[in-house]
Parts: sequence; C-alpha cells; structure tokens
Amino acid sequence: MTTKKTDAIVIGAGWAGSILAKELTEAGLSVTVLERGEDRATAVEGDYPTSIDELRGAIRHRLFQNLSQSTVTIRNTMDQDAVPYRRLAAFLPGEGVGGAGLHWSGVHFRVAPDDLALRTNVIARYGKNFIPEGMNLQDYDVTYEELEPFFDKAEKVFGTSGEPYTIKGKVAGTGNPFAPDRSDAFPLPAMKDVYSATVFKKAAANVGYHPYSLPAANASAQYTNPYGVQMGPCNFCGYCSGYDCYMYSKASPNVNILPALRQDPKFTLITKAHVLKVDLDSDGKKATGVTYLDLNTNQQVQLKADLVIISAFQFHNVHLMLLSGIGEPYDPVKNTGTIGRNFVYQTITTSRAWLPSKQYTNLFVGAGGAGVAIDDFNSMNFDHGPLGFVGGSPVWVNQAGVKPIAAAIGGPAGNAPTWGEGYKDAMVETYRHSLTIDAHGSNMAYRDVYLDLDPTYKDAYGQALLRMTFTWKDNDIRMNQYVVSKIEPIMKEMGATRYALGHLHANELFDTRRYQTTHLGGGAVMGADPKTSAVNRYLQSWDVSNVFVIGASAFPQGMGYNPTGMVAALAYWAAYHIRTTYLKNPGPMVQA
Amino acid sequence: MKMPSPTRRHFIGGLLGSASFWLYSDHKVWADALAVGNAGPYAPRYFNKEEWRFLNAACERIYPTDAHGPGARGLGAPEFIDRQMDTAYGRGELWYMSGPFVSAPANLGYQLSLPPREVYRQGIAGADAYVRAHHDGRSFADLETAEQTAVLKEFEHGEMALGAVPAHLLFEQLRQNTLEGVFSDPLYGGNKGLAGWTLLGFPGARADFMDWVNQEGAAYPFGPVSISGETA
Ligand SMILES: Cc1cc2nc3c(=O)[nH]c(=O)nc-3n(C[C@H](O)[C@H](O)[C@H](O)COP(=O)(O)OP(=O)(O)OC[C@H]3O[C@@H](n4cnc5c(N)ncnc54)[C@H](O)[C@@H]3O)c2cc1C
Ligand code: SF4
Repeated sequence: MTTKKTDAIVIGAGWAGSILAKELTEAGLSVTVLERGEDRATAVEGDYPTSIDELRGAIRHRLFQNLSQSTVTIRNTMDQDAVPYRRLAAFLPGEGVGGAGLHWSGVHFRVAPDDLALRTNVIARYGKNFIPEGMNLQDYDVTYEELEPFFDKAEKVFGTSGEPYTIKGKVAGTGNPFAPDRSDAFPLPAMKDVYSATVFKKAAANVGYHPYSLPAANASAQYTNPYGVQMGPCNFCGYCSGYDCYMYSKASPNVNILPALRQDPKFTLITKAHVLKVDLDSDGKKATGVTYLDLNTNQQVQLKADLVIISAFQFHNVHLMLLSGIGEPYDPVKNTGTIGRNFVYQTITTSRAWLPSKQYTNLFVGAGGAGVAIDDFNSMNFDHGPLGFVGGSPVWVNQAGVKPIAAAIGGPAGNAPTWGEGYKDAMVETYRHSLTIDAHGSNMAYRDVYLDLDPTYKDAYGQALLRMTFTWKDNDIRMNQYVVSKIEPIMKEMGATRYALGHLHANELFDTRRYQTTHLGGGAVMGADPKTSAVNRYLQSWDVSNVFVIGASAFPQGMGYNPTGMVAALAYWAAYHIRTTYLKNPGPMVQA
Repeated sequence: MKMPSPTRRHFIGGLLGSASFWLYSDHKVWADALAVGNAGPYAPRYFNKEEWRFLNAACERIYPTDAHGPGARGLGAPEFIDRQMDTAYGRGELWYMSGPFVSAPANLGYQLSLPPREVYRQGIAGADAYVRAHHDGRSFADLETAEQTAVLKEFEHGEMALGAVPAHLLFEQLRQNTLEGVFSDPLYGGNKGLAGWTLLGFPGARADFMDWVNQEGAAYPFGPVSISGETA
C-alpha cells in the first residue's frame, strides 16, 4: 500500500465534487479529486455525429454507472429479502468525470422556501396531527434567504436560462409567480418554448393556472461564466437527457468548472480511483484520509488529508459513510441512528394527450431543461387542509427530445397494441401527434424507508452493497392522484382528441424496471438535531468534523423540484462556510 | 406499381396534402430497404440455423411488413440482434451478474443468471420444443403467421419455462431487441434504408433544430440522416 498526502480529498468528480474542489483550491488548499470512472471531456464524449447515437447512448447506457462492478440491492418492505438492481432502469447514476452532471437534462430550479422548513410550516398551518404516523417530516435548518446568494452563484456558473418573477421584491418578468424572490436576473433569457409547451402554456393559463417557462441550465445564447469558460447556444438537438452535449450548451462540471480547475496547479484529478472508505483515527472522531483502489493497477492506495469531502452522489455518499463507520447507522426498529435515515425519492407520473392529426408535436425537437410548468400544486402553494396529505408536484411539458427506440419500446400508450398488427399505426399517431405532461412531485420520508448495508450481496471489490428499502406510501400516492386530476382540465382545454392520465395507484409498489427519475435523496440529511440528522446545517458530519457530505443525501424530504439547483447551492453554501469559518478554526461548526 | 392495400390507401389518403405525405409514399426507402433485406443473405455469427429461423420469424411477427412498409426482417433486425450478441451487452457485461440468484417479485427486476445471448439460446430451444409439442411437430418458423402470432401472445404473458427462461422474459427480450434493431442507427445492422425512422418521421442524427424549435404544429420537413451520412 502506498501513502500520499494532500490538504483536501474530494470523492467524486460530479457537480458537488467539482464545486467543492474549485472553492477549496481558490482557498489555497491542495485538492485531490478521486473519481472511480474514466476521465471524460466533451470533445471526445460529445463528438458529433458519433455521440448522436441512441443505442450506444441512452439504451446501452454509455455514460452511466457500470453495474457489473457495483450496484445496490432493493426491496419494498422490511420483511422481504432485497435483490440486486442488476440492470439500470428506475434510476441512472453517473460514473466518470462529470458524474450524472454530464448526462443530466438541465432543469435548474431553486427551492420552494416552504419546503426548507416543511415540518414547521405544516404544523403551523394544519397542526401536529396532520402529519401521518410514521412520517419523518423535518426541517433543513437553513433558510432561503441564507441560501439565495449561492443559488445566484450556481446559476451564473451554470449559465442558466430563465425568466424571473421578482427581483429584490419588484416584479421584473413573467416568470413563475410562486418562485422566491431573487437578488439578480438569470444570466441568460429563458429558452424558447417548443410547440407542445406553447400548447400547454396557453391551455394552463386559460384554465386559471400560472404557467411559466422552466429555468434551464441549457444556454439560450452564447455565454461566458465567472470561471471564464464558454457555452454555445443550445440548438434543441434532442440528444440531451442521457447524453453529453455536443454543442457545449448544457451545463456540466466538464464544461463549466473543470476547464478552469484543470489549469490550477493545486488541483489533482485521479480517475479510476475507487474510494473504499474514509479512514478514521483511533477514536473515530477525525478522518485521516481515504483508502482507494487504483482500478488500473488493482493496488490499494492510502491518501492522507486534513479535510475529506464526500460528494459521490446521494446514495454513494450514504454507502461510504456506512462502510467507513462515520456516524451511527440508522435502525428503523429502535428508531436510533441517522446514517441511512429519511431515504427519499420523487413521485413522477406521465399523462399523454393526442392532438388533432394536423398538429405535429415533433417530439424529437427538445432540450433537457426546457419546457413550461405550473407550480399551482407544488409545495405549500395550495390548501392541503381538506386534502389530508403533505407535499405537491410541479406539472409540466418538458420535451427533452424523444428518440425512436425509447418511444417504440415504451409503446404507443393507451390501449393500443405494443407490437404486431396495428402497432405501427398507433406508434405513428403517438410519435407525430401526442405530447406528455408530467406530475413530478415530492416524496416524504418514513420510518421504514431507509438505506443500510446488504447482508448478502457484495461489489466487485468485496464490500457489502448498499440496500434500499423503499416503496410508495399512501400520503404520496394520494398527493400524486390529486395533482394529476388537475391536469385533466388542461387536456380538455388544449383540444386533445383523447388523453390518458397516468397516476400512482393505491398500494402501488415501487417498480425498479421502469425509469422514473435519478432524483434520489436523503440518507445523510442535514438538520438541527444530531439525533435525526447526519450532518449539520453546513453539511458537516456531526460525528467526524473534518468530513463534509455534499449532495441530495442532505435533503430530509424529496421535493417537487429537480434537485441539482439545490445540490449546487448547498455545495457553494457549505464551501463558503468551510472557507470563512472552518479553515480558520477546524472543528465542529455547530455544537451538538 | 402494385395497388396499395385498403389500409394503406386509407392511410395515405389521410395524409395527402400534408407535408409529410412523401414520407409514406412509394418512396425509394421502401424499395431500398427491401432490396437490402433480400440481397445476399446475412450469415449469422452467433445463432445456429434453427435459432436463426426462429428469430427471423419472431421478429417479423413483432414488427410485420404491412401497408406502412418493411417489417423487422426487411429492416435487418435479426442481423442487428445477431451482432449484438457479441457485445458487452450480449454477454451480460453491463449488468450486475453476481449471485446468489433468487426468484423475487417481478417489480424488483431481472434476477436470472443468464445474459441476453443465453436467454436466446435456452429460450429459443425451449420455445421450439414447446411449439413442436403443441403444433404436431412443427417448429415455430414453420407455423402459419397467424399461429406464430398466437404463440407469441401466449409467451407475452406466459409463466411457462422455455428452458430456464420464463416465456414472458424471452418475449420481452425479443420485443426489445427487435425494436432496437428497427429504430437504431443503421451502423448496427438494422433500420436498413432508414425506413424505421422514416415511418415515425424521426430525422436521425440531424440533431440541429435551431430554426425549428416551434413550427406552430407543422410537420418537420426533412427526412432522416444517419451517422454515416446516409439519407432517405
Ligand atoms: C438522466 C438524468 C437526468 C437528470 N436531469 C436532471 C434535471 O433536469 N435537473 C436536475 O436538477 N437534476 C437532474 N438529474 C440529477 C443530477 O444529475 C444529479 O442531481 C447531480 O448530478 C448530482 O450531483 P452529485 O455531484 O451529487 O453526483 P454526480 O454528479 O453523480 O457525481 C458523483 C460522482 O462520484 C463518483 N463516485 C461514486 N462513488 C465513488 C467512489 N466510491 N469512489 C470514487 N468516486 C465515486 C461517481 O462515479 C460520480 O462521477 C438528472 C439525472 C439523470 C441521470
Ligand atoms: S438539447 Fe441543447 S443543451 Fe441539450 S444536448 Fe442538445 S444542444 Fe445541448
């Protein structure tokens, strides 16, 4: 085993890791980023036209995690034996430099401020008894006002396109009226709406909702970010979600941060470096560095550091904490421990409308972050009192570019044949003339939904796989059904010749075979109480103070919005406090 | 020119005058795709003779030749599948394939130890044995097309074991790979003449819609282009 030393180690070269690496090198530290996948650069991965290949891309999962080496096991309930997630389907974690930030779509939200203190807000409005038995509703212990500068910073780094509503308290545009106040405009104007989105926008407004163009980390024009790196204008190529953007228009760590970092002599990137664990000192209170496996030589390497950033993606963060013995593993029976607690996801269901045959929706035109949404039924924007559930969903047309293999395998929807006679007719109608509307909603945390180490299955390196115990619960199913019922008037208003509403069913089990989202959350949540949170408000481990855990693992609940805007803001927030407070006086920043 | 079938006449009638009419008409794509499909037969590298007959027949039932144009055979889907068998995907190298392999509720996903190439090897042998036992000794490829469709429908939701493969899993594998072959870039051996894309109106590797973000509901006017620059 070889031993080396650096000031700070960052595990994972995705969004969170790249942001922390940039901030810490700016603070003067030597930073080593360990990434288990390959190095990736848009000039190679995004090369045109070879990257414009659906089979190699989204179907054979070129840029995604290689499950043959490591995966998770999944079960719905605690009385089952979990089995491995053997083939990618329900969620698509990234691997390689850029992480999932290379192949994401780019819907770039802030947060609904009410969601940051959901427990407090629900109790204030509806009383404590409104929270169902077994739901672990919690606050983040950070406010929107505290995070606002970091949302602003992230948008400027990502080159985000959007239309504001208010700036410094004054109405400044026709954006989302439910969006929180901003200190500045978006760096770029909103993306154009594709035809389907304009149809939705008009119909939603006519039925009294408040449609707005989605904020997107797809560049609506040429842009140079604060790190001096350039983006080109998005051409709605449609090979967005699941692909590297050949136009340099979709924000990624590879395009927006790493070109600047790679020039910094204090920055070291080691790829094919699979971190096995964070090493702790003898009393387990301080990290001394990490042990990783060099996948090129199969040698274990010990790297020493004063500061360790775990930013390996939501569930990998939790996995690494459990493998390293950082904090107390969550026990759902005794209701003790925090690592693995409040594991959450998002609800998502898709409804489809068929337009008259003279209207072509050209589904292949699109950009991952672009579209039109309504927030009328998100967060606490509506009265939950008579409805009896917590949470909500934005509703949107987010036409990211539908390609033919996925469309064909998904089938023509409705009751049409999925193969054989009649299939082609139905596919042609669906592909040419339909559009989809998603309800992309929250998912609450529950006592018996959690992460721990699997007792049976191991990864290629001999370590226990992470086990997910997850299914849908009544509160979230009813929330989804309610919001989907609000889509029906839009369908009618836009003149659909027919439509099919997709919603969760009572007692529906989580199905790992169908893509939903890669918006997994929780498991190492932030909060004010070390009994119910793994990290404090600065994302610092309560137990090992020189370890910070950055990612959606910090979310106590799954929110209606896509997570990455929040992940990036939390990353900049944590980095700011590391730079201004922690580095001057290393130790716990909040007393337990 | 041969007479269009009633369904096709009806279908084309519905499109006359629309910008996409030419996409459906007796366009060269059809002829080319069919010509390639009928040209010197592709020699399978993975599948043996019996498997190859089964595969060709089954793909064609899943995506049949009809008034809309060539089916899976004409488009080269069997060739596509044969070539996929010798890839990391075909060998199961993209999947977590460590044991123990146990049976679990369907919603928890694929739990067999078999990679795609074994699903086919065992599944097709099992399927042909099943068909011979129920159809007086004939193999799947020798059945009438209506009988073939009926057998596939049985498999689609069937739990019966075809070798070590539950019938519905063989069907799923066949359906997925057939559609991949029909709609992927011709680079991989299928979608000959880009006829799969032409049917849907998918422009392939164009990937530039700067001027077509919103067409106010008009059809996109250009035909497909492949990665190699082939057009239709
Ligand atoms: C198809 C798709 C579409 C998406 N669209 C959106 C969207 O529109 N909007 C949105 O907000 N979010 C979206 N997301 C989610 C978004 O990609 C993630 O929220 C974001 O990438 C998370 O950043 P991260 O830094 O936490 O993790 P990642 O970006 O995934 O980076 C983690 C990195 O850590 C590495 N790693 C893991 N374990 C180890 C280890 N043991 N040793 C070394 N390295 C390790 C991984 O290989 C990976 O490169 C999408 C995701 C997918 C898959
Ligand atoms: S749609 Fe736009 S942002 Fe997305 S990959 Fe294409 S050019 Fe890039």
